[in-house]
Amino acid sequence: MKWMAVGTASIAGLSLLSSCDSDKREAFFQDQFKELDENELKAVLERLERGYKKEYNADIEVNATAPMDHVLFGYGLDLSKCIGCRRCVYACVEENNQSRNPEVHWIKVLEMEKDKGADLLHSDVYYNPEQVPEEGHFYMPVQCQQCKNAPCVKVCPVEATWTEPDGIVVVDYDWCLGCRNCMSACPYGARKFNWASPEIPQEEINIHTEYLGNRPRAKGVVEKCTFCIQRVRQGLYPACVEICPVGSRKFGNLLDEQSEIRTIMKNKRVFILKEELNTQPKFYYFYGT
Amino acid sequence: MPVQLNRGIILVSLVLLEITACNPFIQANQDDHISSPQHRDSVADSTKLIPVETFSSDYFPCSDCHSEIPLNPQRRELVEMHDDIVFDHDSENRWCLACHNESNRDSLVLAGGKLLGFNESYKLCGQCHGPKIRDWKLGIHGKRTGQWNGQKQYLLCVHCHDPHSPKFKKLQPMPPPRRPEDIKIDSIYEREEKDSTSP
Repeated sequence: MKWMAVGTASIAGLSLLSSCDSDKREAFFQDQFKELDENELKAVLERLERGYKKEYNADIEVNATAPMDHVLFGYGLDLSKCIGCRRCVYACVEENNQSRNPEVHWIKVLEMEKDKGADLLHSDVYYNPEQVPEEGHFYMPVQCQQCKNAPCVKVCPVEATWTEPDGIVVVDYDWCLGCRNCMSACPYGARKFNWASPEIPQEEINIHTEYLGNRPRAKGVVEKCTFCIQRVRQGLYPACVEICPVGSRKFGNLLDEQSEIRTIMKNKRVFILKEELNTQPKFYYFYGT
Repeated sequence: MPVQLNRGIILVSLVLLEITACNPFIQANQDDHISSPQHRDSVADSTKLIPVETFSSDYFPCSDCHSEIPLNPQRRELVEMHDDIVFDHDSENRWCLACHNESNRDSLVLAGGKLLGFNESYKLCGQCHGPKIRDWKLGIHGKRTGQWNGQKQYLLCVHCHDPHSPKFKKLQPMPPPRRPEDIKIDSIYEREEKDSTSP
């Protein structure tokens, strides 16, 4: 039995090696992102763009923008303002090329009762009234908290996920095995798995992508919020900040004392989610009023 | 005149008000708008002011009509014109002329008598809402878009709060996520099958 399995594997390997599709061969032997030198990286990005052109018939650009010096990203969310309209959920889907079917959402908005406070066990993610906010309720959007002490990073058996110098926890989708250890380690439910090959309408594809961010993913890999790495490394606000109709979402550089996020941390009542787990998130909930 | 903040990096862009119909103030621009990719190439120039919306209306300048109409400072229910305005903003103690100047109809007026253009309306709001205007200047209250490390667009108070009736209006929520039991797995399998067989 074992001999047969080895035999089959080597036949598969040989057919791959002898395949005339050099892109497939290159993809098979591609190194982990951090081990690629400049030329290799360039070749990988070009190959990905060729592949996406074939797959999606769109001119998708794949960049690998380096983090900025002296920048550590932090996020603020004003619980006293959020009305639970879910505009952020769908702006994120479009910006980050998430699968529409099966549906992948990087942001979950939890509806909670004011009487019970921030009680995750009794929260409702499926609320659907005519209009929000509903009487007696408040809303708590949850997405990747970009932990400094990230449990998901620790459990990855192949180092396919790590924390970048600017604080963003990223995934190398080409290195991810799909074992989903990270998903069970994350206490925020922030990581999503592509159970099937993602479906993105061709006309809705965002062609400005990052290797470690919003480039289209494949079936069998894990993905998550990256603070819109393709936007924030260009100096732009994340898509969820831009879309929020009530201005409850704040973003900036934690190392800059004058930034909005630092001003909030200094002046407002701030808390982090599940502080007791020592994950040290860089996502700060606060009460603006 | 821009309000200069701590480092002088962040400037309040003088956002011009959009006037629609008889009511010069509208609910926040709730169109799904995200800064377009061409901003990616722009160099951060913190001193450049960016108007979010343009000021265009058949109803401005107000003096077009009001210069012909004698002033009636009597508090009354409006008929014929501006009767669509719902006034629910300390209406017990205030009326039109608490904010709109009676002699220069194209201006707003502060409590001390200083005249303001409509693009400085936030100063008028700040007379009563001190902590809010402070937070707004710091970027805690209100909405900023653009670049976290450079040019930003500011929304003024009146973009989100109708000054005549300032409570933020309710919105229809976007659809909830699909429940696991509602996922139509067969359609996904069918699509995958089709993709794998197509060349």
